[in-house]
Amino acid sequence: MKSLILFVFLLILPAEAFRPTLLLGNLIERTCRQTPFYDLCVWSLKTNPESRNADVKKLARIMVDSVLKNKASDTLDLIDELLQDGFTLDPALHKALSSCAERYSVIIGGDVPEIIEALETGDYKFAERGTNDAAMEANSCEVEFPGKSPLTHMNKVVHDVSVVAASIVKIILHSQW
Amino acid sequence: MEASTSHDPERNSAFYAPLPEHPSSGGAPATRSRPLKGFVVILASVVFLLSLVALIINQSQEPLPMPNRVPSASPTSKPASFSEAEPRGVAEGVSAKSNPSLLNEVSFNWTNAMFSWQRSAYHFQPQKNWMNDPDGPLYHKGWYHLFYQYNPDSAIWGNITWGHAVSRDLIHWLYLPLAMVPDCWYDINGVWTGSATLLPDGQIVMLYTGSTNESAQVQNLAYPANLSDPLLLDWLKYPGNPVIVPPAGIETDEFRDPTTAWLGPDGTWRITIGSRFNETIGISLVYQTTNFTDYELLDGVLHAVPGTGMWECVDFYPVAINGSVGLDTSAFGPGIKHVLKASLDDTKVDHYALGTYDPVTDKWTPDNPEEDVGIGLKVDYGRYYASKTFFDQDKQRRILWGWINETDTETADLKKGWASLQTIPRSVLYDNKTGTHLLQWPVKEVESLRLNSTVFEEVLVEAGSIVPLDIGPATQLDILAEFEIESLESNTTDEVSDCGDGAIDRSTFGPFGILVIADDSLSELTPVFFRPVNTSDGSLKTYFCADETRSSKANDVFKQVYGGKVPVLDDENYNMRVLVDHSIVESFAQGGRTVISSRIYPTEAIYGAARLFLFNNATGVNVKATLKIWEMNSAFIRPFPFEEPL
Repeated sequence: MKSLILFVFLLILPAEAFRPTLLLGNLIERTCRQTPFYDLCVWSLKTNPESRNADVKKLARIMVDSVLKNKASDTLDLIDELLQDGFTLDPALHKALSSCAERYSVIIGGDVPEIIEALETGDYKFAERGTNDAAMEANSCEVEFPGKSPLTHMNKVVHDVSVVAASIVKIILHSQW
Repeated sequence: MEASTSHDPERNSAFYAPLPEHPSSGGAPATRSRPLKGFVVILASVVFLLSLVALIINQSQEPLPMPNRVPSASPTSKPASFSEAEPRGVAEGVSAKSNPSLLNEVSFNWTNAMFSWQRSAYHFQPQKNWMNDPDGPLYHKGWYHLFYQYNPDSAIWGNITWGHAVSRDLIHWLYLPLAMVPDCWYDINGVWTGSATLLPDGQIVMLYTGSTNESAQVQNLAYPANLSDPLLLDWLKYPGNPVIVPPAGIETDEFRDPTTAWLGPDGTWRITIGSRFNETIGISLVYQTTNFTDYELLDGVLHAVPGTGMWECVDFYPVAINGSVGLDTSAFGPGIKHVLKASLDDTKVDHYALGTYDPVTDKWTPDNPEEDVGIGLKVDYGRYYASKTFFDQDKQRRILWGWINETDTETADLKKGWASLQTIPRSVLYDNKTGTHLLQWPVKEVESLRLNSTVFEEVLVEAGSIVPLDIGPATQLDILAEFEIESLESNTTDEVSDCGDGAIDRSTFGPFGILVIADDSLSELTPVFFRPVNTSDGSLKTYFCADETRSSKANDVFKQVYGGKVPVLDDENYNMRVLVDHSIVESFAQGGRTVISSRIYPTEAIYGAARLFLFNNATGVNVKATLKIWEMNSAFIRPFPFEEPL
């Protein structure tokens, strides 16, 4: 009987221990759990090779310097394309797209550098400010369109990535990881 | 795992050494299976050990989430605003509790006229670019000096230097060249906030935080190149900087903003620097010095409050209990209390508490631990941060500066070319009538901007009504208003127990007050109001509030309801003073017991279209209002005219 119990115990233990949890994913998962867009957060970080062995400050950097900047650049490219072809003969649409172009230039050329400088120099509340502003800019772009927005998907991604970045910065503000 | 198969009962006992009395311990089957048994035992042990190790490593891990599919944004079919965190503008007439219809999200465009209007007429701001914390304010040889965190390159924070301006009267400021730039390894990543100490022998010592080339926060010493220069144009950095580095146990990026020094009874100087301990405990460390170049960290802390997080811009100063005059930072003795103030990094709010300082142990204790630093009173209940006081030895006043940043987007800031203001400097006194509050009041010199005035006596504002006040231009105003309430019915429970969702929330005794920067059709308005509330013991508790929710039709600005409690004593009416200056409104209740700074960005209620109204949205009281309103002149803040004799 004892041997049966031990047998069972010793079978279960390895199975438990070698469950496929990724040691590398652990900090990412813990961090992303504290953001409102867990899936987006985890996916963005895990697909970036720099997230290996990264601490929270590095994760924030990746979310901003890679993910946010890339998504914002992609959106700006899309806006430029739309502005160039006949699609934009509608003046209201043209105006909205131009305004969005300006906002996205600010995200890339204003918010992102501000956030990176704040993360590097250690005054994290300005990183929070920059990420909050990026979310606001994406949101404001979306509501510029009087009818259907051609940028809804991209605006939402940029907005959500910004919110995730803001949440990660908040973790830094609260702790010393 | 192969066990001997000839004896079933033995199968499971293959993992054990056979029991001595077991008949099969000897004999042929045992001989054949023993090496196998041993191997199995070893294998099992190895597996067991490995599992233990893995389990220990695994201990902090949590279950894997469901496998992630590549996230795709959920398609929305209408122009949607994604962010639920920001407060929404409440369309007029719509209950504050309902979700505003998306149809109300009008998209419009900012014009240059709207942006230009936002610039203040008499609040300090640089000609352009970004400003934040006020630094090292002081009075020297007939001039008030203000330094400030400044980005010379952009309207966004970054690349921080010390801007510099001077004034004869704290109101009319003249811009000077930059005082300090990040040009040494110990401040190359930012010349951050600091304070001035005026020594008895006339020397001026400036201590400030530098962010080093490795992003550590250190404290540095600087001093005027030429003390006889009343403008203090040039500053030298002590060659032996930094004079203080983060001590052991303190995070190197949570150690900043040294205060003005005070003299202890032992004749040595002390300063205090905010930080945090164990991530969530806000603390203030004390350093002692005789020469401002060598410092000793004293044991313990000046004070600590759990749960408040990093303390930035700590300020520590004495106030006279008789409330009559400001005190030098080193003042001590009977009839004096000490104020400890901190800017909380986590919440971006400035808090203070009154208490007692023991100069022998260098510890400060709050009068009321339930209203300790960071968990009780706020310096200002609006958009306000990084405040700092100094002692004006000329007029024997304690003067308070506070940074007011923008609440619009950085796109707008870059277009306007500037961001942030300072408040009008406020004199600070202990409120000896309540014993629990400080009083902040705009410095008297601001009255020099007053032009013509209009007086309204005992205007009746009935429950649920609005009264326009005909005063001419309404974008630069100094308003003094006093309100008396007369009950209509002895009423009911109040549903709203604080500022609520703003002026749209009606309760028995409030809200009532004024509407500033409003247009004729009230499509944009900013109520500043009182809301007295019945408490369970029958007394009235009063809230003082500023409601930005309808301040602008624009949807890309923050529009909050700000406010807090204000003590109103039995022999007092409800009185407020409001400084209106384009996109900044400073509101003071009961002589400055509760203050609210607001930023507003109207699109229609600008220039000649801005109006002023009285309002009373209470259900159970009429209100009689008496007001005196001055139009305010510009302060003509401009570069120092070096070519002209002054």
